[in-house]
Amino acid sequence: MSIFTKAVIQDTEPVQTNKQSHVFEISDLNLWYGEDQALKDINMDIAQNEITAIIGPSGCGKSTFIKTLNRMVEMIPTVKTSGTIKYNDRNIFDPKFAVEDLRTQVGMVFQKPNPFPKTIYENIAYGPKIHGIKKKQDLDEIVEKSLKDAAIWNEVKDRLHENAYGLSGGQQQRLCIARCLAIEPDVILMDEPTSALDPISTLKLEELVQNLKQKYSIVIVTHNMQQAARVSDKTAFFLNGELIEYSNTNKLFSNPNDKRTEDYITGRFG
Amino acid sequence: MKVTIREHFYEDLQNLKGLIKELAEDAEHALKEAVEGLYQKDIVKAQQVIDQDEQLDKKEVVINEKAILLIAKQQPLAKDLRRLIIAIKISSDLERMADHAVNIAKTTIRLGKDHPLNIHPQIAKMAEKARDMVILAIKAFENEDISMARKLAEMDDEVDHMYSALIREIFEETTSNPQMTQHLMQMAFSARFIERFADHITNIGENIFYLVKGEAYDLND
Repeated sequence: MSIFTKAVIQDTEPVQTNKQSHVFEISDLNLWYGEDQALKDINMDIAQNEITAIIGPSGCGKSTFIKTLNRMVEMIPTVKTSGTIKYNDRNIFDPKFAVEDLRTQVGMVFQKPNPFPKTIYENIAYGPKIHGIKKKQDLDEIVEKSLKDAAIWNEVKDRLHENAYGLSGGQQQRLCIARCLAIEPDVILMDEPTSALDPISTLKLEELVQNLKQKYSIVIVTHNMQQAARVSDKTAFFLNGELIEYSNTNKLFSNPNDKRTEDYITGRFG
Repeated sequence: MKVTIREHFYEDLQNLKGLIKELAEDAEHALKEAVEGLYQKDIVKAQQVIDQDEQLDKKEVVINEKAILLIAKQQPLAKDLRRLIIAIKISSDLERMADHAVNIAKTTIRLGKDHPLNIHPQIAKMAEKARDMVILAIKAFENEDISMARKLAEMDDEVDHMYSALIREIFEETTSNPQMTQHLMQMAFSARFIERFADHITNIGENIFYLVKGEAYDLND
């Protein structure tokens, strides 16, 4: 008689980050804007040298979440948090943890490219200069290396002293990534980094992100589910401030565990 | 919050499901006609089965084209993606099933109107079981029901047993009636075509399993 044997063992394991090194360990994180709770009991680890995608409908808390990782969310005065976020074993909410140090190590790239109204060179050299690097030769090296790592060097090497505003949107966004790399961060947070870019620039940036994970840990918030599926190793689905499902990207987009995840990724609501 | 926002896409998926159901019904009908033709030595009927196959082949192409277009344009994920992948696979199985009906029709033509062979009643029984399987497979597919899909595997086992018993009988017959060997072989082939027909339905059952569970299952022994 028939035996119903499972023919293929799929990539169905829940996220096992125990054996991996984590850059962030988030425990019981809650966040309120005044009376409104925007994040509810978030528990998750973010693995080193991986790309973690955060998806979910507008208002689900994904941008709030990513901005909490470098404490940028605290720029809003009514914000209250509880729980812990350990960055390399140190609680980032610890008053002894200087927020400037955190943001040096945890860089951020935003939705709209936001270069400084300066030359391409100055955009990159600005951060290192603030950090005390003065020698022109050192700065030249940093500028070249950062632009190369951000896959934009060949496009700008002959116009380093022209204004960054002359670059296309896609180039400006890669310049912003290069600027972020110049201060040698450990983690790069990206908040919808391609939402203002055309499709080709988007694909270029996705390629870049995948290359960057060799050296950096990346957390990317995206509205584009195909993008999350293409670039990330792990995906977290947020809904109404809760983390609904967090698993390997292959699993989450092919056979999610939670009905709400399935409904969201297949467009049953949004 | 719970709003369906891709109505056109779901409508297209429903239409695709309708086309697959239609192709399954056509394949079942082709088997029925082919086996009737075999018993009735009806060469005209057999030729009709062969002629109609072109339409079935075209339907498979249409299903594939529609599924590929939906994948390209809608970028489906999870179960929706599996729905489209299995649409392509199931239509391929259905097309092969219809080809087996055509093979039986060709056998009828090869045997001719005046052959002395009595077609064994077991062939009709096998065909009936196989057609029941198609009907159940359509239901399982429409309802995305894995218990029905599982039942298909059991029914296929029955077809396999009938086939083995029949082949043994035919083999014995060839030793006692060696002058009939050529005709008996044609009969054995017909039984084999039905057995293969049923195997393809089991594949459809596996696809339904994959659709529902998101994991591959082997329903063959």
